[in-house]
Amino acid sequence: MADVKAVPRITASSRWARRTRHGDVFFWLLTLFFALVIISLVVMVGVVTYNGSAEARAAYGWTFLWGEEWNPVETDLYPVSFGAWPAIRGTLLSSLIALILAAPTGVAIGIFLSELCPLRLRQPLGFLVELLAAIPSVIYGLWGVAVFANWFNDWIANPIANTAGQFVPWLAGPVAVSRGLAITGTILAIMILPTVSAITRDVLQAVPNHQREAMLSLGATRWEVIWGAVVPYARAGIVGGIMLGLGRALGETMAATMLIGNSTRIEESIFLPATTAAALIASELPNSVSLIHESSLIALALALFGITLILNLIARYLVWQTARGPAGEKV
Amino acid sequence: MSLETNMLTYPRRSRVDRALRGCTIIATAIAIVPLVLIITYVLIVGGAALNWDFFTQTYRPPVPAGIDPRTGLPIEGMEENDLSQVQARGGVLHGIVGTLMVTITALLFSLPIGILAGIFLAEYPDTPFNTFIRFCCDVLSGAPSIVIGVVGFTMIVRQTQTYSGIAGSIALIFLMVPTIARTTEEILKLVPNATREAAMAMGAPMWYSTLTVVVPTALTGIVTGALLAFARGAGETAPLLLTIQGNSNLSFNMLAPMAALPILTYKYIESPFPAENQLAWGTAFVLMMLVLGVNLLVRITTARIKR
Repeated sequence: MADVKAVPRITASSRWARRTRHGDVFFWLLTLFFALVIISLVVMVGVVTYNGSAEARAAYGWTFLWGEEWNPVETDLYPVSFGAWPAIRGTLLSSLIALILAAPTGVAIGIFLSELCPLRLRQPLGFLVELLAAIPSVIYGLWGVAVFANWFNDWIANPIANTAGQFVPWLAGPVAVSRGLAITGTILAIMILPTVSAITRDVLQAVPNHQREAMLSLGATRWEVIWGAVVPYARAGIVGGIMLGLGRALGETMAATMLIGNSTRIEESIFLPATTAAALIASELPNSVSLIHESSLIALALALFGITLILNLIARYLVWQTARGPAGEKV
Repeated sequence: MSLETNMLTYPRRSRVDRALRGCTIIATAIAIVPLVLIITYVLIVGGAALNWDFFTQTYRPPVPAGIDPRTGLPIEGMEENDLSQVQARGGVLHGIVGTLMVTITALLFSLPIGILAGIFLAEYPDTPFNTFIRFCCDVLSGAPSIVIGVVGFTMIVRQTQTYSGIAGSIALIFLMVPTIARTTEEILKLVPNATREAAMAMGAPMWYSTLTVVVPTALTGIVTGALLAFARGAGETAPLLLTIQGNSNLSFNMLAPMAALPILTYKYIESPFPAENQLAWGTAFVLMMLVLGVNLLVRITTARIKR
């Protein structure tokens, strides 16, 4: 973009020009102020969750993250205790399932949209995939609970639990309730598909055409061009896209709350109810029983924010590095 | 690999080529299938739940089974306590009012912040802040919405000791501002530089040319950005659950708990009454229409601007 900052010299005779000559500085400061508001919003998220979790951090320190007991209410058997491991484990496992399902699919969609799709279909297909990202998560949860859960039970969970589950403990049943890590992961996979595929498509389209032409001139097939010359070139950006998808899966709340079953017990099987950090916060913070309970939930939010912040930082760097083009060449 | 070995393995390579290209097509189809399924389910099941009461009434508890809701008399031949026979009553007017009030209030605060920040990003592209501000936008839009809810809860609900509509609006600001800022930036960058230069050649200072020439040129795009933010805010559940809590009555008081459509979807689908599940699908229908409508509109206008 050409430099548009240069302001033409103002002729002294123009009264209007004289009156407005400080306008530019003022306007710059005004827009800068609102741009800085955005930075302050991010800072606010960090500060508020950090201060709000003071009690939990003082009581548990880092051991909060791997404490295995989450008992907000004192009972005869269990004392009150707040350990985040059940929630963190559920978050990681459901996101892992989502990633295993969505990463190859999403990358394949990105490749199709960028390299193979007929030009006429590219726009409408891209729009459809991006529409998946626009659907509110509560609708995914609704569809998951009311429609997908039964289907998943009959066609995936039960067959697997009845065959492989006999030998592999983490695939075992009983699958009666159709709430658990596996179904949550599957719905999360659908939700993060558009993130992965849109970014893959964008970084692949930034690959210069000589890459493709050089490979074609060597007699490569179309797939060999893609796999040998285009994808490796954009590898960092694709990894970045997958990480952004992971960030979305980690923080997804409503679909997880509705489908994971909200149980803070640690079960071995992926077909049994569990919980995620976001689901735990959503279901317990509105009716928390004590200050330390509230504070522990806020500490979870702080951890979640920290993780997504770091993921975003790395992913944006990777995507930016790829999309900006080859080193030394200004795009 | 020499040319000859290549020639020899060509049938195999050709098969691999076709198989893997086929895989990408299948992957794309896999993504389209759930999209179509979700949309058709919501439109068909949700569409069936819509009626006049749905838009004009607030929550009314389901009638005990076996009783006619209109007359209050027992119906003959119907078993009591049969949940599937419970009659649907009431509607989601309170949710519609709540969603509109909370989201529009949030939009009123987000618009100036987002648009002016977007102008800064697009019109002053070489300041040292830009990359960082853009990154902050990405962090905000990538932050889990539940975290934003927690911020609203800790900052306002905890201090004021009450859930309130205004707390929900403040939480939504965090989510709307980055959307508006980034779309404004993108759309302003599409305005050709010749437009700016023409304004300056007429002697306009930069702020004047930005406000009277560049921004009006891109106005359609900025409005679509605002609509996109509105659709996003209206569909958010998690932050609202922690800030406005939900409510069963029609309430216009932003300082008290309010209802919102996504919260009603969430609460009604957990209900054991199929009649209330129907309401959940109905609210999902309204949300879906909003999202689809806004996205189509955005699609059409951006296509026109780019052309």
